[in-house]
Amino acid sequence: MSIPLTVAGSRATLPRPALDSALVPRRRSLRVAAGGWLGVLPLFLFVGVALGLPVATMVIGAFTTPSTSSAEGGLTTANMAATMQDPYLSSLIGSIKLSATAAAIGAAVGLPIAHAIVTSRFRALREAVLAAAGVLANFGGVPLAFAFVATLGNAGVLTNAFHLGDLGWSLYDMRGLTVVYLYFLIPLMVLTLTPALEGLRVQWREAAANNRANTVQYWRHVALPILLPSLLGGFVLLFGTAFSTYATAAAIAGSTVQLVTVQIAAGLSGDVLVGQGNVALALGLDMVLIAAIVMAIYLPLQRRSARWLA
Amino acid sequence: MAGLTMSRPGLGRGVVLLVAGLYFVVPIVCAFAFSVGIGSPGQQVGLDAYTGIGAAEGLADSLALTLKVAAATVALVLGVLVPALLAVRLAAPRLRTAVQAVCLLPLVVPAVALGAGITTLLRWGADRYYGTPLFEGLVALQDPDFPVILVLAFAVMALPLAYSTLDAGLSALDLRVLVEAARSCGSSWPRTLVHVVLPNLRGALLNAAFLTLALVLGEYAVAALLGYQPFAVWTVVISGSEAQMSVAVSIVGLLGTWALLMVIAAAGRTKRLKEAS
Repeated sequence: MSIPLTVAGSRATLPRPALDSALVPRRRSLRVAAGGWLGVLPLFLFVGVALGLPVATMVIGAFTTPSTSSAEGGLTTANMAATMQDPYLSSLIGSIKLSATAAAIGAAVGLPIAHAIVTSRFRALREAVLAAAGVLANFGGVPLAFAFVATLGNAGVLTNAFHLGDLGWSLYDMRGLTVVYLYFLIPLMVLTLTPALEGLRVQWREAAANNRANTVQYWRHVALPILLPSLLGGFVLLFGTAFSTYATAAAIAGSTVQLVTVQIAAGLSGDVLVGQGNVALALGLDMVLIAAIVMAIYLPLQRRSARWLA
Repeated sequence: MAGLTMSRPGLGRGVVLLVAGLYFVVPIVCAFAFSVGIGSPGQQVGLDAYTGIGAAEGLADSLALTLKVAAATVALVLGVLVPALLAVRLAAPRLRTAVQAVCLLPLVVPAVALGAGITTLLRWGADRYYGTPLFEGLVALQDPDFPVILVLAFAVMALPLAYSTLDAGLSALDLRVLVEAARSCGSSWPRTLVHVVLPNLRGALLNAAFLTLALVLGEYAVAALLGYQPFAVWTVVISGSEAQMSVAVSIVGLLGTWALLMVIAAAGRTKRLKEAS
């Protein structure tokens, strides 16, 4: 921040603008600013086209009737209204329930694991586990689905070995999917919490101990309040991830589960009635809105937790 | 801290890690057992599923498609991100918030929603502009040999992760001082970029490239909605007839990704874990 000699263009952020602008000719500062725009422009253009156009299409489609060859589509709120009725509403609720359950379990299980990793004396173990968590957190989708089908599916190895089918186990319902989702949600939680746990200074614990706090009190009054933004942020992140997961659910259960992502795909591929495409787009818009809420909660929390890590 | 807390948490830590390890290892072990035929009654035990992979119908095509698209996606993501991030740091700090917002925006659009938007957009475009040059352009976008549309979609999806990785890498550098030092030694701008800035960013660039690559290798939703058959979609398609092979291919894919991560982590040993998260 406090580098005495800086390239022009940063004057606004420097404490002594007069001195700085005296050092650097104004013409050059303009040129640099133009260079700045030039560097940023491709990114803005790219996102505007590749993300902006599809999203705009989705919004328009969500609020119009399907256009046929004879007539243009007209404005309507029927599509959005339809997403608030069955079967679409139950798929939305199903997705939210599954995501919330999986995220809550993931957060509850992720914390002790992350703590065990951070406090471990073996550096190699930490590095290995964190690297593995990085892979597993990205190991969603199809391979994960098949690993679980082979393990706990109808003809899965564990299902056969322990006759889980007789005990009422099924991989292909919400409970089964929760178990599968946890496989990538827990590592994600561990990765999210590790920096925060590393930020817990030994001194704080010692200070608490010097004030005669026991372990429970330390966690209750010192560690958890500091970790809370990270924990909540992690929960929200897990929720968002689970909510938008499609490949895993589709590969395991096909179109039998009531999940919003599965419904959208079915509506688009024309498996169901003609004209459901616009309802699928409306469902997509619902998803975007929910994801936007998730991010609106997550980003401030993450910023808040970052304050302790400096 | 010592003494009192040493023994009990040590035990608890061991139990926690053991249970977690079991949960994460068992499915992979079982998947391997399944793919070689152990544990399923009436199955011949053997590596047929693995030896058959090479000859599997459609694998070569889907793999070639995936790799082509992956390479193009990595190039596109880095191509738009690196100039923007450097510009923000060096010349236009006021744009920083805007760039961050734009890069994180895809997080709000789940893959399925993006795929839905793209399919609808393509269908509308084709209906409305049939017979015009724009229609030809739309067809070219969806060329089955090299679907540019997939590259665009995947690049959008990879943007948030690639951004946070590169941004973390840049934060670890004092870019301004580096550039000024090089410039005051008489180095030209291109030379400064190629010989000073980019080498210092090697770790972050490799990480961003890897994350993008991993995303493309595993992506299913958009590709399936658009009707292409890259690796992940192919795996699902064959799972109906060749259950064992689909599991075998999944395991190979997982181990391959893992190995790639290790190689790249070794190549650019920086604070990689913090960045990757």
